Amino acid sequence: MSAANKEVLFMGNEAIARGALEAGVNVAAAYPGTPSSEVIENLAAVARQRNLYVEWSTNEKVAVEVAAAASFAGLRSLCAMKQNGVNVASDFLLHLTASGTRGGIVLVSCEDPGALSSVNEGESRYFARMLEMPLLEPADFQEAKDLTKWAFELSEKIHNIVMLRSVTRMSHASGNVICGKLPTKIPQARFVYDGPPADPLTGPVISTPVGVKHKLQQEKLKTAKELFEKSPFNKYIGPSKPQLLMITSSACFLYSKEAVSMLNLQNRVGILKLGCTWPLPTKLLKKYLRLTNKVMLVEEVLPFMEENIKVLAASYPKEIGVKNFYGKIDGTFPSVGELNPDIVAQALAGIMKVKYKTLPVSHVRELQKVAAMIPPREQTFCPGCPHRASFWNINAALKLDGREGFVCGDIGCYAMASLNPAIGFYTVRTLHSMGSGTGLASGFAKLGMFGFDKPVLSVCGDSTFYHAVIPALINARHHQADITFVVLDNAGTAMTGFQPHPGLTLSATGEEVPAVDIGKICEAIGAKVEVSDPFDLEATTKKLNAFMAEKGTLKVLILKQICALSPEKKGKRQFDVKVSEELCLGDACGCNRLCTRIFRCPALTWDKIKRKAVVDEVICAGCGFCAAICPQSAIIKAEVAAS
Amino acid sequence: MKKLLAKDPTNIVITGVGGQGNVMASRVLAGMLVEKGFCVTIGETFGMSQRGGSVMSHLRVSPKTVWSPQIPLGQADIIVALEPSEALRVMSRWGNPEVAVLSNNRVVYPLGVITGDYDYPEEQKIKNIFAKLAAKSWMIDATSIAMEMGNPVLSNIVMIGALAKTGLLPIDRRAFEKEINRSVAADKRGANLAAFDAGAKMV
Repeated sequence: MSAANKEVLFMGNEAIARGALEAGVNVAAAYPGTPSSEVIENLAAVARQRNLYVEWSTNEKVAVEVAAAASFAGLRSLCAMKQNGVNVASDFLLHLTASGTRGGIVLVSCEDPGALSSVNEGESRYFARMLEMPLLEPADFQEAKDLTKWAFELSEKIHNIVMLRSVTRMSHASGNVICGKLPTKIPQARFVYDGPPADPLTGPVISTPVGVKHKLQQEKLKTAKELFEKSPFNKYIGPSKPQLLMITSSACFLYSKEAVSMLNLQNRVGILKLGCTWPLPTKLLKKYLRLTNKVMLVEEVLPFMEENIKVLAASYPKEIGVKNFYGKIDGTFPSVGELNPDIVAQALAGIMKVKYKTLPVSHVRELQKVAAMIPPREQTFCPGCPHRASFWNINAALKLDGREGFVCGDIGCYAMASLNPAIGFYTVRTLHSMGSGTGLASGFAKLGMFGFDKPVLSVCGDSTFYHAVIPALINARHHQADITFVVLDNAGTAMTGFQPHPGLTLSATGEEVPAVDIGKICEAIGAKVEVSDPFDLEATTKKLNAFMAEKGTLKVLILKQICALSPEKKGKRQFDVKVSEELCLGDACGCNRLCTRIFRCPALTWDKIKRKAVVDEVICAGCGFCAAICPQSAIIKAEVAAS
Repeated sequence: MKKLLAKDPTNIVITGVGGQGNVMASRVLAGMLVEKGFCVTIGETFGMSQRGGSVMSHLRVSPKTVWSPQIPLGQADIIVALEPSEALRVMSRWGNPEVAVLSNNRVVYPLGVITGDYDYPEEQKIKNIFAKLAAKSWMIDATSIAMEMGNPVLSNIVMIGALAKTGLLPIDRRAFEKEINRSVAADKRGANLAAFDAGAKMV
């Protein structure tokens, strides 16, 4: 671990983890989700060395509960999640912010503006306002560390949970950080609960009596606001009399700074960077809002700061004057997608009536010609991915079944089966939150009384199964929903980087733990359960068709095959795969290039000169599944000798 | 050392296809520059990147400050591409008449080319574009040499070796050795050093 005062390159999430360590965090819990996962991974890596308890919890709500227990026992704790994880945790959070906390506890929400690796563009900052908890937003890597550390102090001062919001361009970006000292004291956990019921610090930790606790919660927020007024994490850069004031937070501060520099507006535009964004520090904002009547709000996803600052400004018209606001609401900034320095510079240039310098027109024209000739690069399942095989099986079974059945999808890499052109045989027709595929399938299956007669399947990954599918599965069984549920078990939370889950025998910190078996859970619910290897096309399709034909019961098929990128499997080929030039009929075959046009494995390419399929040996993972799909049996697989 | 930077910030884009070791290349390069006392900001998109998509890391190198993790359009100083069409893709958005381009020549076909919906530009055509629209350019066969060394993923380090040799940045073999001693497992250091040296011989 880096020593105090050492300057290092940290990813935003690494800086957040370091801040927690410098604050003396004792317990950390999370459910993996991009872009948040590295916070816990970095803490897990030093758990033994720093005497921490770190876990990958079953879902985000459980993660906050685990962290809160540590807080109730006087320890410092952290929980981390991606934006929509806060939705999952929110029911507990509503009650937690009312009961209050004891040891410092910080909720880290890493959001994904532009949905770079999400199926939503959720915004969690409104939870801070709705659930009445303080909100902090770091704007660079040093702050990601320092603000996290301060969040623990704030939480302990006001005895409530504090939310720290990051974004992909902060969490997954990297920059220089100067490390601070790590504490040496090891605290003792002690949960005191026998004081007076209304005393939140010695009595039971409860959200009642509601009137008393809610009032207390709001007083805590007032204390936080007072601290925010003087916080060094809110700062102003710019002239004393700016013509325009930009108010911003998080990565948008870096875009704003760059935009001002690109347009050489340092003497005309001021930037108020807020690290403390809820509750807003009123006096501080009044001080800077007074400077000019042109105010630009630079933020991503929803206009959270814009709304709050407009309400604040409307309360003090005599003191600060009437403002022209430029933000998302008036269309200065796009209402969806992430921002970048160009979008901010363009908006700023328009309002300040300056020229936004671009390249020579002739060069731009040449670059446009280049852009037109580059083939797009779409995402797809990796070479050797068991999901491609699983969906090939499902698609084959649905075709054989012939009743136009469909699949309700879920969250993981396998969500790509809802996309064209990821594969040429996409079968997933609904895609929502974790566990929702099976809940939706359960609902579709009950529409028979209205003439609905298609077979319904749902899929989910192994980690998703534990996170949110079990209640939906119980619902399907109890209400006799006739569905075939397929578990795409690739032995880990693959999409976010192979974090362990309750189905495995290894914990976040490498200890051996008991595995909870998916098949046994399904059997206990009363489902008929079978297991198959998705790389075995014949056996898997047969099982799927038998399940789809069987009426009146809940059927579960577990497709087991390790992710091609998992550390156990990566780089280890089971088969050498080649296309036989003699057997492949190429354009002359009636298959109409089934392998390259429909199957779409990046390792199976088309030789334009020979007009035949060919395997790219650099990227082929050697799963051998494609050998089963070629109608000419021209794809030859040979078992690689064990070395 | 700090005077050796062409400008503040010097903007580098490292690009490629998921699985080519793009993120590692950007971390190794940034590590060397931080060690030399520079302030480096890296912006990268991963998460979905391993699934065959384009991957891009933006590096901003400055003597004194943090910059935005996204480089403004048209402002790349150096483009390092592990895959040639990705070099063009980045050039078309971040290129400018002064840009230097270092590209691997090994093609990874996008899905649309595999399905027959799109054509992949020929190597000579790509070289002509580099010659016309970049101030300096190098096209090298990094993957073949990496495969000769036993692992195509070493192409990323071959490219870093070549980049060091171009003299565009204040990095050298000693800095690389120091960085991999810090960040790479002992049994893999030899292969990385050999890949770096092989790359340095290719420009």
